Amino acid sequence: MATIAIEASELRKTYKGGVRALNGLSLRVESGTIFGLLGPNGAGKSTAVKILTTLSRADSGEARVVGIDVTREPERVRRSIGVVGQKPGLDAEATGRENLTMQAELYGLSGASRRARVDELLGRLGLTEAADRLAKTYSGGMQRRLDIALGLVHEPQVLFLDEPTTGLDPEARTDLWREIERLAGDEEMTILLTTHYLEEADRLASELVIVDRGRTVAQGSPDELKDELRGDTVQVELAESADGNATAAVARVPGLSELVVDGRLLHTRAANGAAAIPSIITALERSGLAVASATIARPSLDDVYLRHAGRSFQQADTEDDDRTEVAA
Amino acid sequence: MTPLRHTWQVALRYIRALLRQPAWIGISLVQPVIWLLLFGALFKRTADIPGFTSGSYIDFLTPGVVVMLAVSTAGWVGMGFIEDINRGTMDRLLVTPIWRGALNLGSVAQSVLSIVIQSVIVIGLSLAVGAHFHNGVAGVAALVAVAGLLGAVFASLSNGVAVLTRQRETLIGIVTMVTLPLTFLSSALMQQSLLPGWIQEAAKFNPVNWAAEAGRSAAGQNADWGLIASRTGFLAALLLLSAAFATRAFGSYQRSI
Repeated sequence: MATIAIEASELRKTYKGGVRALNGLSLRVESGTIFGLLGPNGAGKSTAVKILTTLSRADSGEARVVGIDVTREPERVRRSIGVVGQKPGLDAEATGRENLTMQAELYGLSGASRRARVDELLGRLGLTEAADRLAKTYSGGMQRRLDIALGLVHEPQVLFLDEPTTGLDPEARTDLWREIERLAGDEEMTILLTTHYLEEADRLASELVIVDRGRTVAQGSPDELKDELRGDTVQVELAESADGNATAAVARVPGLSELVVDGRLLHTRAANGAAAIPSIITALERSGLAVASATIARPSLDDVYLRHAGRSFQQADTEDDDRTEVAA
Repeated sequence: MTPLRHTWQVALRYIRALLRQPAWIGISLVQPVIWLLLFGALFKRTADIPGFTSGSYIDFLTPGVVVMLAVSTAGWVGMGFIEDINRGTMDRLLVTPIWRGALNLGSVAQSVLSIVIQSVIVIGLSLAVGAHFHNGVAGVAALVAVAGLLGAVFASLSNGVAVLTRQRETLIGIVTMVTLPLTFLSSALMQQSLLPGWIQEAAKFNPVNWAAEAGRSAAGQNADWGLIASRTGFLAALLLLSAAFATRAFGSYQRSI
């Protein structure tokens, strides 16, 4: 049986001012896997990471990292984990090498072994040439890589990455994805990664939980979650917005499920999307609603989210953004 | 061992940043130099007041200015913590096994170092304009040490307030509200026996005055080493309390995020 690297049950936290960041979040992460915490902005992902990494405390609930309780023995947890926060943790007024040297010293590495470790990390993350320049002169991608190097100094068993690719350009993002995959693959590190990019969770995570409004709404591998949604996603764009009418019209078409109308967009699921589209269009046009376009897709994580959270991911991302401001 | 090593690492980080901007030491000297030269000239005839027994006014003023520069330099130290918190550096350090006390003490060490540098410059300048130090190197060293100790107290308080409030504006308000009255309710600028009675009373409980008394005694004729030792003791006790406050502030910060 695989060992469990991270285990959290029923974590709850409400910030001063009444913002409820976590409302019963639970998760289990097997050792050596990349685990995704997927959710829109403000879903509570960062709060969960802060609690699991001993930075903050939950109001209630329990969490263990590498078998150690985060509330009772935070000191021991800290020795086993590496953390790359959402905000850059690096010291911009110091060089890359100075940053890493200090971090290594804090974990008790010194002398020749510290120097060797710092050189190795600089090399591995492509920072050797920039090692003696102040970190404030680094590009966004380089700063992120230095942040990751800081989290790796002491060869942690578990690495937490909070929104690691936010703000990076596509090229830097792909580079970082490769690096993350390598860490989990070659070094057998357990990685917990939070993201609000569906694509990122899909590509990296072997297992994920979908978080919405501070709760776990679904857990499984990306494929399992998508397979649960049997059939295709059908999306129809109407010429103009018609919420109630469209629902009533399409409800009569047999074989459809999970019908959601959101402004001009109509989502639904059908065992065979291609066969369902003509009847949907006919039904809509009979009710006097003109169709602008129609698409069929294999289920995506977006559909998984829609199914479990009852709203589209993008919508949630903008709706809950205000909460993040407070919760961050 | 570990607490010491961690404190050194934090201190090194701040000292390096300071050395990369040496102009900052010059800028922070503007105010004490103005006090020394302009105050010294403006109130020169204070020495003629009956009952003023401290020699020339510049002899009297110099230790006061050294103490005042310690207070004002140390007061702003918390700004560094606010910056670290806003940037995310503090959170990164807090999830390492760093000894919590090292965060404050390392920052205090840098602040004391810059106070020592500034004090030595101000003392050199005062010698150039005719000030006397009656107890040689030992007296000057005691003056600088007392100023450093007072600075460590204020730097710790500033760090603690910074971690609790995390707002530049609030820190500026609190530092101004605390340091100005404490400076004027002391013998930094005027001989203790010539202060109004109520200020003399208040000054007994004022750490700025403890430092001013001890520093001035160390610089003046007939140094009272007993008094210097007792005031140093008060300041050291206060440093323990303020350092504990600054370190515990992190607990409150972590509960709030």
